[in-house]
Amino acid sequence: MAEHMIKAYEDELARLSGLLARMGGLAEAQLADAIDAIVRRDVALADRIIETDIQIDQLDREIEALAVRLLALRQPMGPDLRQIVSASRIGTDLERIGDLAKNLAKRVPILSQATPMRAVRGLERMGRQVLGQLKDVLDALSARDADAARIVWQRDEEIDDMNNSLFRELLTYMMEDPRTITVSTHLLFISKNLERVGDHCTNIAETIHYLSTGSTFEGDRPKAVGAYDTSDATGDPGEG
Amino acid sequence: MVQIKQIAVILAGAWGIIGLFLGLGLISSSVAFALGLTLGLAVTAAVRLGIDARPAPLAETIQLADRDQLQSALGEAVLSRLPDPVLVLDALGRVLRASPAAIALLGDNPTERPLAAFLRAPILLDAIDAVSNGADLQVIELTLRVPVERHLEVRLVRISDPGARRSPLLILFHDMTAVKRAERMRADFVANASHELKTPLTVLSGFIETLEGPARDDEKARARFLAIMREQAGRMARLVNDLLSLSRIELNEHLAPRDLVDLGAIVRDVADGLAMVATLNKTSIQLRLPDACSPVYGDRDELVQAIQNLIDNAIKYGRPGRPIDVIVTDAPNMGGQQRQSLTVRDYGDGIAREHIPRLTERFYRVDAVRSRERGGTGLGLAIVKHIINRHRGQLSIESIVGEGSQFTIILPAAPEAAQQMEEPGTTSPDPPIAGRPTKMLGVV
Repeated sequence: MAEHMIKAYEDELARLSGLLARMGGLAEAQLADAIDAIVRRDVALADRIIETDIQIDQLDREIEALAVRLLALRQPMGPDLRQIVSASRIGTDLERIGDLAKNLAKRVPILSQATPMRAVRGLERMGRQVLGQLKDVLDALSARDADAARIVWQRDEEIDDMNNSLFRELLTYMMEDPRTITVSTHLLFISKNLERVGDHCTNIAETIHYLSTGSTFEGDRPKAVGAYDTSDATGDPGEG
Repeated sequence: MVQIKQIAVILAGAWGIIGLFLGLGLISSSVAFALGLTLGLAVTAAVRLGIDARPAPLAETIQLADRDQLQSALGEAVLSRLPDPVLVLDALGRVLRASPAAIALLGDNPTERPLAAFLRAPILLDAIDAVSNGADLQVIELTLRVPVERHLEVRLVRISDPGARRSPLLILFHDMTAVKRAERMRADFVANASHELKTPLTVLSGFIETLEGPARDDEKARARFLAIMREQAGRMARLVNDLLSLSRIELNEHLAPRDLVDLGAIVRDVADGLAMVATLNKTSIQLRLPDACSPVYGDRDELVQAIQNLIDNAIKYGRPGRPIDVIVTDAPNMGGQQRQSLTVRDYGDGIAREHIPRLTERFYRVDAVRSRERGGTGLGLAIVKHIINRHRGQLSIESIVGEGSQFTIILPAAPEAAQQMEEPGTTSPDPPIAGRPTKMLGVV
């Protein structure tokens, strides 16, 4: 009987990881689709993203419920406790990433009516970079790799710089031609939202570190002077 | 020989019985003769078999055992040699077997772990659920966007009995990246090329019109215009070259190179090739190379092009009179992986911080006028980045305004086992380093 209970407990913990992986995959797909929808001015895809967001919310509730159930019934200690608390925290971050992706998608109909802007290319690139952060942090989560999580945490700096650079670029467009103010403002919000997704990735990285070591990252994120790694915004013919 | 004695005894017995039946009048003599003859022939055949080969029943069992072994060996061989990734999942979604191609695709051996830890795409997880709960074969298209975009066609097949609630699965991947890329590349190429070619083309046709009309007889203006036209035509040619090499690199970007190359030797060749250009710009290239570089996996032509673009940039944007440093060293290991780094350092004006993350963007120019003056196409660093991506390396850019810039490429070194296998002098069909001509392509 005791063995059976332990088995059931382990199954529930595995189910928690499974739900989290599924939710991560969904958040990744939503973000990737949102970037595609913006670049391709694809309103139908944007509508699908807005509909799919419900699934992420559902998974978040499921994870929360399971975590609470495990806490109440199993009274976990040590690593198990950390795993359950982390799952619930990461679930919240992923849910927010889903919301941000939905917010990106909501701007597509307006953008698709406006004149194409060159800054969209920069946004796409930034989007890929954020997507890379999200993938790396989720990979670090499934591998319980605190070192990989630390790399994600450190790289957030590049995304902040990207956001600043796009801000300047869009400001220039608005000053040159006031007719671009509406569309530029939307692009500014998109850039800001992507930057927020990056922040949630660093939150997840922090949680992974806590999960595997029981401690938090020490000190502030390093602010390197003019040092960037450009290698992870990659691969796609539309950018670079 | 034992068998022959046994057969002889059986034969004698059988003929005895036939004789007895004949004597009792139970069968006619012709039937008895036929029976005897058949028996005799069968026995002859049996005896021949008994002498030629091993006894029949024993041979049968050995063959069966062989067949089992053969089948599993065959399965193994197919799984390990298939160019396409193959995974076998158990009923709970854990990976039972992964082919080497699948391990390469996932970047790690997923055996004994849930597939969802590696591939989280909702479309794939939903398909796995559907098929393992009884749906028929499913084919889905899976897009992996980072680190390098890949398009995969995935087939999911149920393996076992339809009675079970959930069943194991066979998952077959087929890489469609090349096809998809080619489709998109065409569209992109047209868009980029037409946009960037428009300006020099406008200049050219403007001058042609002027030369046909107002300046028809103006000797001086003609000479000046022709010089400008030559420059614009040159710019168009450089642009077309760069666009072509960019699309060529992108086509292969999802396939990491497998040749072994010596980074130091390549750097030396490139530096020799650019020594003249450096002298013309009143600078020089200072090499700092280790005595022996550990080989890296690389495509020689592409690395030549990347290094050439970096050094050429340093010559263009460095400070005249200050040399350019090119340094090759071992980089700190990452995840147990040995790495080589190459740094190109100039002492020019440097690049403002906000430009740095966007330098490798296509047609992104810090100073468009200055870039054009120096024959830049806006594609040089984009080409470098795509080459380094293909090599699964890293490109990092550091710069301080007023003090200069430093571009560093980090490439994974080949494992030592591989280095020994392909030591020069063995019968490798394609000698990795020596004796291949240096191709000069696309200047920034």
